[in-house]
Amino acid sequence: MLIVQQIVNGLMLGSVYVTVALAFTLTIGILNFLNFTIPTLFMFTAMMGWALAKWGFPGGVTGPLYWPLALMLASLAVIILSLIIERFTFRYMKTKYGDSTEHAIPLVSSLGFLLIIENLVRIGYGTDAQRFPGPSMDMTLNIGGILVRLPQLLSLIAVCFIVAGLNYLLARTRTGRGIRAIAENPDTASTLGVDTNRIVAAVFMLGGLLCAFAGILFVINYGEVSPQIGEDIGSKAIAGMVLGGLGSIWGAVLGGVIIGLIETMTTHFFGADTVQMSVWGILIIFLFIRPQGIFGHNAIGKGKL
Amino acid sequence: MSGYWAGIISILAINIIFAYGIFLPVASGQLNLGGAGFQASGAYAAAFLGAQYSLSTPVTILSGTVFAAILGCIIAWPILRTKGVYLVLATFGFAEVISGFVLNSEALGGPTGITVANFIDWYVPVIAAVFVSIGVFYLMSTRFGLNMRATHDDDVVTDLMGVNVRTTKVFAFTLGAALAGLSGALYAHAFNFVEAQAFNAMVSVNVLLFVLLGGTQTPWGPIVGATFFTLLPEVLRATLPSLKQGLINVFGPIIPATPPDESWRFVILGLCTVIMMMMRPEGLITSTMIERLHGKLRRKPNAQGQPA
Repeated sequence: MLIVQQIVNGLMLGSVYVTVALAFTLTIGILNFLNFTIPTLFMFTAMMGWALAKWGFPGGVTGPLYWPLALMLASLAVIILSLIIERFTFRYMKTKYGDSTEHAIPLVSSLGFLLIIENLVRIGYGTDAQRFPGPSMDMTLNIGGILVRLPQLLSLIAVCFIVAGLNYLLARTRTGRGIRAIAENPDTASTLGVDTNRIVAAVFMLGGLLCAFAGILFVINYGEVSPQIGEDIGSKAIAGMVLGGLGSIWGAVLGGVIIGLIETMTTHFFGADTVQMSVWGILIIFLFIRPQGIFGHNAIGKGKL
Repeated sequence: MSGYWAGIISILAINIIFAYGIFLPVASGQLNLGGAGFQASGAYAAAFLGAQYSLSTPVTILSGTVFAAILGCIIAWPILRTKGVYLVLATFGFAEVISGFVLNSEALGGPTGITVANFIDWYVPVIAAVFVSIGVFYLMSTRFGLNMRATHDDDVVTDLMGVNVRTTKVFAFTLGAALAGLSGALYAHAFNFVEAQAFNAMVSVNVLLFVLLGGTQTPWGPIVGATFFTLLPEVLRATLPSLKQGLINVFGPIIPATPPDESWRFVILGLCTVIMMMMRPEGLITSTMIERLHGKLRRKPNAQGQPA
């Protein structure tokens, strides 16, 4: 029974990882760009939401905001921020250096943005963990002897909706068709009348939106924010994405859930300190044996770095 | 020399060696985002051997370097099968595994770290840095350095030309790991203390950015990058309080007037990275720039003002 409880916990824990991993996998699958700002954007949503809910706007313009409003404004800020990042990491390089852009260049400038945002948050709000002044939904459901916390259950359901929505967007809408065309071949897509700049911006907005969702889920689940969460959750989400296969939506879902399970299992058997080592150890072994992941294609990420 | 400046010069020399450790793989076309892992393994090997078996300082430093080199060689063979993004992730994962291992190992002191007995003065890292720099300059001028640069530019064509690309990559990676290990061992002795927190993921990111900002085409790049970003916090320490006071005078107290924060240094590093990638993605010091400087020094311009 204890094992079943751990599996349930792992599934719940995986929901945040899945959302962040989806954001990673979208940019890498479509643009062949490992966007290192994603963990920071996720952290930024949570910290910004906390700051707005506590103090309102900077400079004392208004008082504290009600927490859902604060989170919504934070999500909006993150989407704008990801558009700014798109402008300076991806679009600028494309127009200046053409398609033969060394793929390392956007990656390195996204590392630059990672440093800027993360450290500005640290300067502004300190490095301590802060209690989010919002929902304290500590309701626990007892289903046949297995304890399920309500916020975790809600976030699992939310993730299911997010994945379904993403699939719908990619498979059925006009934007989704454009996105898939660009993932296939950007030059041909643009010859055939796909507005590349608009679609790339849409991909980045989608990534920002997923980060914002992840931040909201995190806040609701843990009720606590700190500037470190980006690094913690982000590295596990990367691990989940690689495990599932770069560029595959279902791979990100499966990988995120597997990482959640690995985390609860190693915590259960070996203690919390070994989580980082086991997650990355399994990942490295996986990279040696099957670098394309469970669902991934061979071609993605093989570009020259 | 005061202890303050001695500390700065030590860390500068150590950072230059560390930067060369990352430069060698990057110059042969492999982004190594696991620098902190190699530095940590060198530092911990030196600290552990010194504390447990009380070996002398030269022996511990040498064994730290050799240990990191062996580790680098062992993981280079499988890791270099992967390319591009996968290589970045694999090296990053390696650093995470090392730091996780250190945190969980009781013999290495776990999260509390270990104290290192033997102290080395500032001139030891400086001498080491000078030797390493000369060595890397020489290496890059040999046929092997040419192979490395060719592999960086196009590994398929290099392979076709009969160069063993795999060996070149593994050797560059191993040598880089050894240099990173050397910098770690020197760090352990220069500061008499090692802890896992000193080798976190951000250290790997920072050193990679030093190298890329300095430029990877010539061995001048890592020196310039590491020197600039090691001395930057010292400059900031002097200027930031007055800058903040000025801001407060102009805008009123909207910014909390905290003491100079280390984080500003990373904000500036990030800004430099973004701007540099936009303006000059090949780094500050390029081979054309070096060639031009050489030309200016060697030949006098002729009557038209054109170099002959």
